[in-house]
Amino acid sequence: MATNVIENGARANVLSSNTLPRWASAACIAGSAAASGLIFALAGWNTPLFAILAALLYLAAWTILNAAVRGGRHGSNAFWATLVWVAFFLALVPLVSIIWTVVSNGVRGLTTFGFLGSDMTGITGVQDQAAAAGQAGVLGGIQHALVGSLLITLVATLISVPIGLLTSIWLVEYSRGSWLARLITFLVDVMTGIPSIVAGLFAAGVLMTYFNLIGGGYSGGKQVMGFTAAIALSVLMIPVVVRSTEEMLRVVPNELREASYALGVRKWRTILRVVIPTAISGIASGVTLAIARVAGETAPILLTAGMATSTNWNVFKGWMMTLPVYIYQQLMRPTAPSAPDPSTQRAWGAALVLILIVMGLNLIARAIAAAFAPKTSGR
Amino acid sequence: MAAPEVVAPPLVAADDSRGRFGDSFFRTLTLAAGILIFGILALVSLYLIIESLAAITASPDKLSSGQPFWAYVAPIALGTLMCATIAIVLSTPVSIAVALFISHYAPARVSKPVGYVIDILAAIPSVVFGAWGMTTFGPGLVPFYTWLSQVCAPIPGLNQVFGTASTTGRTLLTASIVLAIMILPIITSQCREIFIQTPRLHEEAALALGSTKWDMIKATVFPFARNGIVSAVMLGLGRALGETMAVTLVLAPGILTANLIGVGNMTIPAEIALNYPEAFGMRQSELIAAGLILFVITLGVNMIARWIVSRYAEFSGAN
Amino acid sequence: MSKRIEADDVDIYYGKFKAVEGVTMTIEPRSVTAFIGPSGCGKTTFLRSINRMHEVIPGAYVDGKITLDGDNIYDPGVDPVTVRGLVGMVFQRPNPFPTMSIRDNVLAGYKINGRRLAKSDADDLVERSLRGANLWEEVKDRLDRPGSGLSGGQQQRLCIARTVAVNPKVILMDEPCSALDPISTLAIEDLIRELKEDYTIVIVTHNMQQAARVSDVTAFFNIEGTGKPGKLIEMGPTEKIFSTPDVRATEDYITGRFG
Repeated sequence: MATNVIENGARANVLSSNTLPRWASAACIAGSAAASGLIFALAGWNTPLFAILAALLYLAAWTILNAAVRGGRHGSNAFWATLVWVAFFLALVPLVSIIWTVVSNGVRGLTTFGFLGSDMTGITGVQDQAAAAGQAGVLGGIQHALVGSLLITLVATLISVPIGLLTSIWLVEYSRGSWLARLITFLVDVMTGIPSIVAGLFAAGVLMTYFNLIGGGYSGGKQVMGFTAAIALSVLMIPVVVRSTEEMLRVVPNELREASYALGVRKWRTILRVVIPTAISGIASGVTLAIARVAGETAPILLTAGMATSTNWNVFKGWMMTLPVYIYQQLMRPTAPSAPDPSTQRAWGAALVLILIVMGLNLIARAIAAAFAPKTSGR
Repeated sequence: MAAPEVVAPPLVAADDSRGRFGDSFFRTLTLAAGILIFGILALVSLYLIIESLAAITASPDKLSSGQPFWAYVAPIALGTLMCATIAIVLSTPVSIAVALFISHYAPARVSKPVGYVIDILAAIPSVVFGAWGMTTFGPGLVPFYTWLSQVCAPIPGLNQVFGTASTTGRTLLTASIVLAIMILPIITSQCREIFIQTPRLHEEAALALGSTKWDMIKATVFPFARNGIVSAVMLGLGRALGETMAVTLVLAPGILTANLIGVGNMTIPAEIALNYPEAFGMRQSELIAAGLILFVITLGVNMIARWIVSRYAEFSGAN
Repeated sequence: MSKRIEADDVDIYYGKFKAVEGVTMTIEPRSVTAFIGPSGCGKTTFLRSINRMHEVIPGAYVDGKITLDGDNIYDPGVDPVTVRGLVGMVFQRPNPFPTMSIRDNVLAGYKINGRRLAKSDADDLVERSLRGANLWEEVKDRLDRPGSGLSGGQQQRLCIARTVAVNPKVILMDEPCSALDPISTLAIEDLIRELKEDYTIVIVTHNMQQAARVSDVTAFFNIEGTGKPGKLIEMGPTEKIFSTPDVRATEDYITGRFG
């Protein structure tokens, strides 16, 4: 090592003898990309294969280089580090692809005049055939689905939030770790795992049984309504609300409860006026996330509220459309089976709207959590 | 300065019976909500079981397939398991790597945005995944499937799994990959939580002994997180088993086959979603019974996951 | 305004574990009584049983009799809420309600209980309570700002103002200065001396100098070993306890030979 002398006469640092220069990694990436590019330039271009080959070449080159210069342990270190980075980019691919697909396909549908303000009343294969043949614009919209999604989600929220909130209050504030508390916690866990389609089956079935009973053995299909869908969604939503609220209530410091008790305040008032206000931002953001989750549910609604073509404002009567089911229907059963393009356009427009709503709810949840978090004391 | 002479009346004497009533009323109200959850679940199970009995015990000629119930449900149950298993096998390594990326590899400035990106992936509704898989991803895989089918044709065994390629790409493997993408954020966020909790002292001890980063991760992070990873994977599996819309949209259904890239196969959730809206009578019971089987399978998977989590909590000493 | 506290053979439990055994003592009105002793000796536990805060912990209960001017607070018919209205408490760490302004924190006992106060009465009460806690001059211009924005010492005085505002007869203080710097501690100690004109004050402290500075009477608690219950060893005028205690253990503790 002592012979390792550079021009100005200073001795090279012994400790840095087994390191690679900073530019080595970049050079390795460039080299791998160039080699892969050359191969595909000659054999016919294919972007995905180019990326895969470049990544593999880089993985091999970088591992070997590290192993040769710095020793075998560093070789395997470099190998796994590269894999971790590749996995990250791999996970980005579908995300980017999905967002791009939805946005690029959806903008045309969304910007069509009347897309948000009209429903599918009177839109049949005839109109779509004409639109596909270029003789007319694409008609029809998602008003009925927007109204349905809004109402069903609203009713589901009205059912789930009180039940979920009260249950978590009982679990945190009153249960004192009794066997009943363990049982309910366990049941909430079980409920979290119910497949959404089973929740749909349950809601549809229970209400059908009910209408069978009052209708003398004939339900007359009365169970197909928005309210049934709201019950199905509640089954999915309650455990989410319980869990997130429970978590938020548990982080409220006991000191605050005790301070309130010590002022001669009763427990229920302490919970309502001290504990919940302190946790409210977390609870609200948890509830918003739960709403975002059920707003995207399709399967349970398909079984409970059915599909509709016109706007229905009554959750207690008649079939109801929602955005996810609308997307499903337009893709799987195009209005004009021989000319599916107008349906596809509408489906992507609806998908864009749905994604915007869900992302918006997620952003709102984050904003609530960040903005209204109680200022922690200045200790 | 003397303490204040307070004008307001003392708190106590007045508050009283109304206050006491408030306490017991509120307590009962919250407990009632908890019991209601118990009621809902009991109702779900009871309903599924009672409605299923008709189909499970019916003679074959009364059923839609003309076969006994178990012969009807076995192939779609197997299809569900196949689909979810492939999804888990594909998703687990990538999820763990992405979680490691966020917890240990990404520069500090990057790791938080990456967490958001994963959350965005988790927020995309399943029907959108399905639409993407059906119209974009599936057809995009067709050249790959065709090539795979040609390469594997002479190899016994593999030519069964990768047999004649579908021309639409709407196959079980496509559905599995879409499911794998859907459960990736679930497994990733669970793993990330656990990786971050690795005791800092252990990590520093390993580094101080001259470990490389990977040696350190092998020696400290993985042993600490092992049970957590298993439970995260089980939760992902539970979700994959119950996922309906992505599979319904992506998969062009058919009979059970080992060929992953050809036409065929079906899962229980997709079977229910496709047929329930038009079903009545015995057919309805049949589908509800299939739903019961699905419920039991996912329940089992979730219970195993919870069991591992609880065992993990006891031994980690983190609490 | 202040009341006499008498404890008669009080045992305190956490589930099956007996934490305090056989405490009998009398605390005179308009005095400051300090509880001292090593960690785990039960002084905080006993303090919390004087306003029935002990039973807030799951499984915890008290056996024996504690009276306020002769009325047993552990009589079956007594509502703990009534007791806590008469016996206020200040905690080890300042704990103003983070969602409330300074003004609302002072009025917390009324606001949370849903009691209506006329605006002028409320203003009056806020000012008097804050003056009583020596905090008025520092916060009078920012009553609508969150209470958690104050310094630790100010927060603790805000908590005292909050306690004073509900007009208790007794104020319990559980190591009120242990989270504060020396200047804030001095301010609180001055305040304690002023408050004793109107209230019975009981203070738990780990700081022997503090006990000597502020208290009229000192009670020494001790514990024989882990798993054994804490006991009241000796109680008497502060000068006597700190100069010529009757019990050897008290002297050892005060002179710093253990604890």
